[in-house]
Amino acid sequence: MKYIDEFRDGELAKNLALSICAEVQPGRNYSFMEFCGGHTHAISRYGLSDLLPPTVRMVHGPGCPVCVLPIGRVDMAINLALDHGVILCTYGDTLRIPASGGLSLMKAKAGVGDKSGDIRMVYSTIDALQIARDNPAREVVFFAIGFETTTPPTAVAIQQADAEGLKNFSVICCHVLTPSAISNILESPEVRQWGTVPLDGFIGPAHVSTVIGSRPYEFFAEEYRKPVVIAGFEPLDVMQAILMLVRQVNEGRAEVENEFARAVSRDGNVKAQDRVAEVFELRREFEWRGLSVVPYSALKIRQRYAAFDAEKRFNIEYRSVPDNKACECGAILRGVKKPQDCKLFGTVCTPENPIGSCMVSSEGACAAHYSYGRYKDMH
Amino acid sequence: MSEVKRGYVRPLDVKHGRVDMTHGSGGRSMVQLISELFAKHLGNEYLGQGNDGAVLPAPTFQGRPGRIVMSTDCHVVSPLFFPGGDIGCLSVHGTVNDVAVMGATPLYLAAGFILEEGFPLADLARIVESMAHAAREAGVPVVTGDTKVVERGKGDGVFITTTGVGVLPDGIELGGSRARPGDAIIISGSLGDHGVAIMSKRENLSFDAPIESDTAALNGLIAAMLATGADLHCLRDPTRGGLAATLNEIAGQSGVGMMLHEKAIPVKQVVAAACEFLGLDPLYVANEGKLIAICASADAERLLATMRAHPLGREAALIGEVIADDHHFVQLTTSFGGRRIVDWLAGDQLPRIC
Repeated sequence: MKYIDEFRDGELAKNLALSICAEVQPGRNYSFMEFCGGHTHAISRYGLSDLLPPTVRMVHGPGCPVCVLPIGRVDMAINLALDHGVILCTYGDTLRIPASGGLSLMKAKAGVGDKSGDIRMVYSTIDALQIARDNPAREVVFFAIGFETTTPPTAVAIQQADAEGLKNFSVICCHVLTPSAISNILESPEVRQWGTVPLDGFIGPAHVSTVIGSRPYEFFAEEYRKPVVIAGFEPLDVMQAILMLVRQVNEGRAEVENEFARAVSRDGNVKAQDRVAEVFELRREFEWRGLSVVPYSALKIRQRYAAFDAEKRFNIEYRSVPDNKACECGAILRGVKKPQDCKLFGTVCTPENPIGSCMVSSEGACAAHYSYGRYKDMH
Repeated sequence: MSEVKRGYVRPLDVKHGRVDMTHGSGGRSMVQLISELFAKHLGNEYLGQGNDGAVLPAPTFQGRPGRIVMSTDCHVVSPLFFPGGDIGCLSVHGTVNDVAVMGATPLYLAAGFILEEGFPLADLARIVESMAHAAREAGVPVVTGDTKVVERGKGDGVFITTTGVGVLPDGIELGGSRARPGDAIIISGSLGDHGVAIMSKRENLSFDAPIESDTAALNGLIAAMLATGADLHCLRDPTRGGLAATLNEIAGQSGVGMMLHEKAIPVKQVVAAACEFLGLDPLYVANEGKLIAICASADAERLLATMRAHPLGREAALIGEVIADDHHFVQLTTSFGGRRIVDWLAGDQLPRIC
């Protein structure tokens, strides 16, 4: 497959692995966080950690939209579907996120007591708009989640609905911001004060960076002295990025480098950024699973488009719900713990019955390790 | 003065008519639907007996009595018509294959139809014709059947259940619990064609992919494989859940592990591309005309040669081996030089978000 196979070439990978082995300095440990779930997935699916020297450790970051969505947000969506009778549309993985009372959107769809939700999986916001057009007598709510990659399509859908005068369409906006999450991790006591989570650099997001560009990471490189290498989601991209990070660490540099130059520019997709700015503004605060309440880390719908804000339309308020006490998703999302450190991992928490959100999406650290790598814990 | 024609029944309007509740009520309309649509296409001496059950000769294989193999399969595919096939031929292939992978020669099929009120008779006729064609090609007649009609909204057009009966000669012992460490794992062709063909036509996901379902009856291929005398341990068709689910099932039943080699697994370019942009893994996508063979490694090459000489096994490939593993993991060496588990799927494969 053109443009794909080139980035999955096993021979090139071996050469890169040899270079990484040759360049790591003896007696030195390297810890890099791959922020994005897409990278976590690539590392597990292609078995990349098998190719790295033992002194290079990859720490999984919080860049998995499903994983960082707190229970209370899913509860809002379930509530709209069950109690307000709306058609609730959302992206695939979101359906399986565990919510309060043992529910998930998938279970709410199947039915709770004598109620069942009309919950539909969509592939894009365009599908959600179409459902609204096809069902003028019903309220259609799009449960919008994701980082900067999925935000522009939501903005476009809201503007489109506005232009068409679509009265029965609204959005629960749960879009979150990558730079805020990175700051939060860098400011966390584990990284800053106690040093219990050694972090020598970041692999920067692929798809997110196509939208926001590489410029937002320059602050982290400068302010926190952490190298960032933006990388594509293919396995060779990840290997190359690791090599570039090792070199920066060895040379004492802390810069933003762009391995994914075939898709990411310094300024990103300005058109998309403009659309987002037209429709959304910063939320004062937003609760993340794992990172707790992070100021200015998410978006809400501007007053100009308030008619499309489901939170306002249905007058629903966010209520914070604590995670299962034994679930370590929070610590795993901050890089403090590994999936195997959680007592629930692989016992009561499995991809079939996820307790924590990291076990839901194939991008989640727990699901990726459970599905692809758990043989390593057993032999 | 008009004259009442004796015994005249206005023929079924297959072109414009629709299934209505009378077609399931046990009256004349039902008899008419059966005779003018089902029997017309599927007719054979056994179906023609017209009794509550078909009387069949005792099954034999090459003149000798054998054991009976029986299997049943419900078909609820959406859309009903897809590139490369439809629910009709699929319902024949699925059950013929389930009987054949036991090593048996499929002999007869029974078919049950649940029709939804309002379903166009023209579509039903297309489905039944396709079924008849598939049954003829496979050499397995539909000898008995049943039809029910449910009210509009209580079905999805047509559901078809087929049951197959076959004869298994003595000496052939195939099964999911017979895989042994050292055995070779062979696949008869490319993975994921059926699943991707279906997905490409789902209403909210139409994309143009030049791909057809691989739906096919595998009894001919299997007969050729058995005739080689190769030491076969297990045959299975990787339908729902794809290769991954089927191998995990066998690994569990046999108490073994498996090691696959990603590079050796045939996947068509267009299937790989479709899976790539949907965020799916072709190892988990359904097939309807492929089989997995697990055999003694010494016989693998011979079996492969026979399979490749058959039109349905041209792309047959050796994709891995059975290994000893107390955890019964199915693992894969990636084309990248790493290793990973090929796990059971948790629910449906859902597209990734970012």
